[in-house]
Amino acid sequence: MAEHAIDISSIQRGSKMNAAEETTCLEVKDFNLFYGDKQALHGVNMTIPKNRVTAFIGPSGCGKSTLLRCFNRMNDLIDSVNIDGQMLLDGDDLNSRSVNVADLRRQVGMVFQKPNPFPKSIYENVAYGLRLQGVNDRATLDNVVEKSLKGAALWDEVKDRLHESAMGMSGGQQQRLVIARAIAIEPEVLLLDEPASALDPLSTLKIEELIHELKDKYTIVIVTHNMQQAARVSDYTAFMYMGELIEFGPTDELFTNPKKKQTEDYITGRYG
Amino acid sequence: MATNNSQHISQQFEQELQDIRSRVLTMGGLVEQQVGNALKSLKRADLDMARSVMEDDRLVNDLEMKIDEECIQIIALRQPTASDLRLVTVILKAITDLERIGDEAYNIAQKTLNLTANEHSKKNYSELSKLGNHVRGLLRDALDAFARLDVDAALNVAREAQDADAEYESFMRTMLTYMMEDPRTISRVLDLMWSARALERITAHTHNLCEYVIYLVEGKDVRHLSIEHIEKVLDRD
Repeated sequence: MAEHAIDISSIQRGSKMNAAEETTCLEVKDFNLFYGDKQALHGVNMTIPKNRVTAFIGPSGCGKSTLLRCFNRMNDLIDSVNIDGQMLLDGDDLNSRSVNVADLRRQVGMVFQKPNPFPKSIYENVAYGLRLQGVNDRATLDNVVEKSLKGAALWDEVKDRLHESAMGMSGGQQQRLVIARAIAIEPEVLLLDEPASALDPLSTLKIEELIHELKDKYTIVIVTHNMQQAARVSDYTAFMYMGELIEFGPTDELFTNPKKKQTEDYITGRYG
Repeated sequence: MATNNSQHISQQFEQELQDIRSRVLTMGGLVEQQVGNALKSLKRADLDMARSVMEDDRLVNDLEMKIDEECIQIIALRQPTASDLRLVTVILKAITDLERIGDEAYNIAQKTLNLTANEHSKKNYSELSKLGNHVRGLLRDALDAFARLDVDAALNVAREAQDADAEYESFMRTMLTYMMEDPRTISRVLDLMWSARALERITAHTHNLCEYVIYLVEGKDVRHLSIEHIEKVLDRD
């Protein structure tokens, strides 16, 4: 009696990520980076899929933050940095001369370890990016502020005090405010550099929940020291060591059956 | 990625993992001994031995619960990953199979009591005990494969388990003919058939243990696959 059969097809399909079926957002090709004479990234190749969360893990100094900062050219600010190789956003080389860095950073937003709200009101923090773009229409701004704060799961907590200073918020709220500020200008990619490492466990869970909700709209790349966090929030994980990309793959595979011994040693907490 | 022999940074975690591993081997040794004694009790019509097998089943159950608890502790406190995670999950599963094997040893011992209570005839015992020794050897080899994380040995046991199954089928057919020839033997032959059935179950649980060894070492889930398919998955001929 087929009509009474229990449908298990969704279970059988499983939830495994398949890199081959993804749309590419960012692509890194034979990428090297030098701080003066010292090489910090060695021939990195990877493809970061669109609308997924990709986590970079690895010990301190492995190059994961350096790599992350390349995606919106934060390293331009450091004089001694030299790069070769390619880094493509939607197929276009983001280091090409024709790229306007300000435009790039509108497309590729970034959130840092320590929340860095501006010493302004909550409202003005979120509206800041749009004001910079010359948007001053009150109704548009109201609309974007509300949408962004809702998107950052902060609206209910702050809707009655939008014009109070952002400096009076808790660390977890400040971090979500910074995320709201980043998504207000609707970037394509969100880079998160240790976004929860300065937060208590509950605020951390809220940020993680937020990351999960945001991936429908944005491609998220997160650097984290917390491996369990990488395991919880990401679809793909890249393990880096001494400036090299050691292993890149679906998170569920990397954390149950890594292919490389170095990855295994790192995630299980062993000496290399 | 094969399991890891480098040391954990946390010595205590290292020790905990080694402890549950060695406890599983202790439990395996105990279960193997239970199967051996149950078979011996049947062969020698040794009521005392049969009773002590039934008595000692409690020890197997206790060990299962103890190891269970330790695995849950490790998951809660250590959040194991990769090969450590596979070790803990494999142990949680393996002890269930070991406990069931213990139950089957209990069943065989119980049949010894029945068979011995009625008039004791050693007819057909040699075939049963041949099957029993075969099954017990497979169990020992599977436990060895687990101790040494030896995928090839596990594969061998899985292969040989098929022979044991064929032996079981042939034993059952023979028993059927006895019952047809002489209905007075039915009750006795049924007890023998139940014992053989227990051995068949032990073989199936042993087969599971081999699959766990392969998952533990290779990270590949080979349950419900034919031997040929497993070899293909593992790239072996």
